[in-house]
Amino acid sequence: MNASSNNTPESRVTTGVGDPGHNRSSTTPFNWSVRRELWENRSIYVAPLIAAVVALFGFLVSTFGMPERRQGVLLLDPAQQRAMIGAPYDVAAMMLIFTAFIVGVFYCLDALHSERRDRSILFWKSLPVSDLTTVLSKATIPLVVLPVIIFVIIVLVQFLMLLWSSAVLLSSGLAATTWTRFNLFQQSLILLYSLIVIALWHAPIYGWALLISGWARRATFLWAVLPLLAIGILEKFAFDTSHFLSMLKNRVFDAGDTAFAFQPHHGIAITSLTQLTPGRYIATPGLWIGLVFAAAFVALAVWQRRYRGPI
Amino acid sequence: MATIEARGLRKTFRTTVALDGIDLRVEEGRILGLIGPNGAGKTTALNAILGLTSYEGDLKVLGRDPWSERDHLMQDVSFIADVAVLPRWIRVTQLLDYVAGVHPRFDRAKAESFLARTTIKRTSKVRELSKGMVAQLHLALVMAIDAKLLVLDEPTLGLDILYRKQFYDSLLNDYFDHSRTIVVTTHQVEEVQDVLTDLMFINRGRIVLQCSMEEFDSRYLEVMVNPEQVAAARALKPIHERSVFGRSVLLFDHADRGQLAALGEVRRPSIADLFVAVMSDNTEQPQPPPVTTATYGASEGAIR
Repeated sequence: MNASSNNTPESRVTTGVGDPGHNRSSTTPFNWSVRRELWENRSIYVAPLIAAVVALFGFLVSTFGMPERRQGVLLLDPAQQRAMIGAPYDVAAMMLIFTAFIVGVFYCLDALHSERRDRSILFWKSLPVSDLTTVLSKATIPLVVLPVIIFVIIVLVQFLMLLWSSAVLLSSGLAATTWTRFNLFQQSLILLYSLIVIALWHAPIYGWALLISGWARRATFLWAVLPLLAIGILEKFAFDTSHFLSMLKNRVFDAGDTAFAFQPHHGIAITSLTQLTPGRYIATPGLWIGLVFAAAFVALAVWQRRYRGPI
Repeated sequence: MATIEARGLRKTFRTTVALDGIDLRVEEGRILGLIGPNGAGKTTALNAILGLTSYEGDLKVLGRDPWSERDHLMQDVSFIADVAVLPRWIRVTQLLDYVAGVHPRFDRAKAESFLARTTIKRTSKVRELSKGMVAQLHLALVMAIDAKLLVLDEPTLGLDILYRKQFYDSLLNDYFDHSRTIVVTTHQVEEVQDVLTDLMFINRGRIVLQCSMEEFDSRYLEVMVNPEQVAAARALKPIHERSVFGRSVLLFDHADRGQLAALGEVRRPSIADLFVAVMSDNTEQPQPPPVTTATYGASEGAIR
């Protein structure tokens, strides 16, 4: 172009005056990107809320005849009393944690795929937000946002359950027996710890799902799952072993193995802070190996997004 | 510093060459139209400028390397890819909040005032808006960003004629000043003819014509030749000949206006006509240049 530069004094002045004003406005791309994810994916909080309503309704139904049953439970030894009385609270919590896991995985499988499918990636990339910020904001959803949401909802659900059971047991004078056997404050601390343990343990799963969602052109779920199963089956045929499949199973289901000291005969109920073993958890190689994989998957997802356009 | 400076810009996709060594320099304050047939490499060129694709060769946009510094570059560059790229699930208010939250050069009040001239409701989701309204919304966002370079890739594709007219009017009246630069690709060349300051034809990844609009106006002349003078006119070596309603229309490059006036009615050619002339020359079709049977109306229309 042999175009002359039309940089007139006036235009210089206007830009000069304009600039300080623009520098003043501070931006927080990461926070807004996380918020954006919540706008787009309302299932992040809607699904746990629905699960909470279901849990509450189930509990409501189960409290018919509760006073009579409570009399019987109180004849057992204290540990069994805690297990029996606390069971519905633990079940509700686990149901919600499971819901959060499912939501998290499906969220990640879609996170870097939907923006390519609907071409909006061209719009997002027209804004001064780096691929790193974008991918990290998406990884934050299952690792931080969902655990926080689920923590609040579980504590609220358990509190409502306690209130309702108190109301049901009030006339028989047994209302206090639930509160003393299910210590909501202590359980909340245990819950918080559990959620951190689970999030860290599942981090590579979410990272993998994010990576696949940015890579696959369609059927992200199948691309994420089938190759892993294929490896497991190949191993079975080739060596007649199933290390890979048991590693996958361990990754999905055994988050708490080293994080808690489970008491024999009491199932997975954690009733005391002394059962938390963070030292042992931190010393678990599987935790760190998983986190290294998670970081690698996220890094690959960031690198890959640079090359990605609409599909 | 030029706004865009490219030297030997190349991009290949496996076996196809999308950009075959392009040299380009766009100065501040220009409005460049990038015109070419489908698959000519226009979008690839824009994608390289926007940091959406990797490339070989030298490319600097506002002094930065777009591929490695896209996120920084996007503070000073705005970009509208063909119409429907705004996410369909987002609400207008959310869109304003988000852009205000991430873009340091976005003036929300300005965007609001542009939107106030439209019938777009703040509470609507993008999917509830018509195509024209989505284009208005995107334009309102972009015009409220104090960018140095605006890139438009088929910005009016699929819009009706009212929206298209309004689009360029707003851009010229409310956005463009001589400290900004605009690069636009479009097939609707007739609507940008009076908007552009510079013109570039691109075909098969190469630049086949590059001139400013002043140059365009002084260089190219079109004559509707009187039937009896066709032979005389052909002797002056027109670059293209077509027939309109049975009369020959000849396009000349660097011809003497007075000499041509003797042969018939002289006028300014449209970009579309020059495009057809240059492209048919470029594809090396047999001589003499084929007489296209386009009607007058069609030549005014879009280049396909």
